[in-house]
Amino acid sequence: MTMTVGDAKPPGGSPEPRPKVLVDRLSVEYDGTPALKGVTLPIFRGEVLAITGPGRSGKTTLLRTMNRLIDRTRGAKVVDGTVRLDDSDVFDADADPCLIRRRIGMVFALPTPLPKSIYDNIAFGPRVAGTRDSDRLDEIVEKALRDAVLWDEVNARLHDPALRLSGGQQQRLCIARALAQQPEVLLLDEPCSGLDPISTLKIEEALSALKRDYTIVLVSHNTQQAARASDRTAFLLMGELVEHGPTGQVFTNPRDTRTADYIEGRFG
Amino acid sequence: MTRWINVEVRHRIIVAGLWSAAAATLAVLALIIGIVLWNGLPMITWSFLLEAPKEMGRAGGIFPAIVGTVAVTLLAIIVATPIGVGSAVYLTEYTSESFLTRVIRFGAECLSGIPSIIFGLFGFIFFVIQLRMGWSVMSGGLTLAVMILPTIMRTAEEAVKSVPESYREASFSTGATRWQTVTQVVLPAALPGIVTGIVLGIGRGVGETAAVIFTAGSSLHIPTSVFSPARTMAVHFYILAREGLSMPHAYGTAAVLVILILAINVTANWLMLRFRAKTS
Repeated sequence: MTMTVGDAKPPGGSPEPRPKVLVDRLSVEYDGTPALKGVTLPIFRGEVLAITGPGRSGKTTLLRTMNRLIDRTRGAKVVDGTVRLDDSDVFDADADPCLIRRRIGMVFALPTPLPKSIYDNIAFGPRVAGTRDSDRLDEIVEKALRDAVLWDEVNARLHDPALRLSGGQQQRLCIARALAQQPEVLLLDEPCSGLDPISTLKIEEALSALKRDYTIVLVSHNTQQAARASDRTAFLLMGELVEHGPTGQVFTNPRDTRTADYIEGRFG
Repeated sequence: MTRWINVEVRHRIIVAGLWSAAAATLAVLALIIGIVLWNGLPMITWSFLLEAPKEMGRAGGIFPAIVGTVAVTLLAIIVATPIGVGSAVYLTEYTSESFLTRVIRFGAECLSGIPSIIFGLFGFIFFVIQLRMGWSVMSGGLTLAVMILPTIMRTAEEAVKSVPESYREASFSTGATRWQTVTQVVLPAALPGIVTGIVLGIGRGVGETAAVIFTAGSSLHIPTSVFSPARTMAVHFYILAREGLSMPHAYGTAAVLVILILAINVTANWLMLRFRAKTS
């Protein structure tokens, strides 16, 4: 697992670097109903990409396709195109979905702590990947909790059940759990949708610190959050990628009128 | 339609009727436990619990029957739990709804509807005679295992099904395999329900007479191996009462049996509460 801080290139710098993840002409259907229609979207190393758009526009489907969680959705089918992670095809016949999910961590819209202690939640990923050494696990757990800005609140009670934490703390725990598996890419699916403004602020604070070390894809229907937190923004509408580009440009000078309409709150 | 009785009175009659039904349920339970304990408790002494029976059970204690009950039931649970939980996990986690899963469920349902005397007969023909296990703890335990298997399987299946999908998604998203997800997330979360099924199974096994009398036998000796014959408390009670050997000893045995079943239920409940407190 490589953490490539050193060769992170500033997004938008030219010439364009090779994408870390490339969504390539991707079309996905649910029982024959199209959910994504020929989406092509590069995600560059070390950037925060916001994916925004109204409900049911395919944002979550796009994330779940990247780490192949879509395999578990009944009726879902990738009908065309693929996702590339570095040089490999995520849907290749010999690609191991477990390994892909280790490299592409995910945080869901609602906090999903496992019914285990705080410590065991964070150590879950490293343990299933084969880390047994307890000193090493202690180290990983502490670093992940610090990176998710949760350490100070929970370090005295690491062995309490994670389900006793507040909603905002649970969500930061889930971020820490994803970080502990040392992913290269972090997918965040509306991570603040169920949270109050203060918790939202804390999560955004954690994200801005994480930008340095990870490639982050942030799904948010909240355009302000997308504008605040991201380097580039992609706008999805009814399964179609309307446009993507540097966040400043997408928000101030969108190429497509549909993007402008959404950002200005005329629909969605 | 003439209203021959006013609404308020009618409501009260309905409530009183339903209350009586609920009270009757509880009263039957209290009556059974009361009669058994009233007649049996005076018999229970340390020597009754720890001594061997004398004169076919007319005198002495019931120690071999206690050992026999525990041995036969324990064997049944050890055999039935992995098979029952395994099939529940297969049905819920490893396959999707299909003709096969419906056949398996239907089979389990039929199995649980078969009268226990039929299981006894089956065990006698198959385990005792065909497989030459003779009257033994093994034959009795395996017969009981077959009998309680559907109970354990169906409760385990319900328990596994009720584990929130978000736990599985969270586990898979960290890169866990299906097996890791099942063993480290799903089964621990389903444990309270699974244990409930096991306790129900123990309850059925401990009190079973017809299925074990033909298979475990009715030896009054303490079983020394799984291939020794054994007598369970329920069988002991049945023989004492039927042969008119000693009603007081029969009631004493019944009281021990009832207390044992209550103790198992209370212990299982307590364990579950402790387990829940640790995780949530």
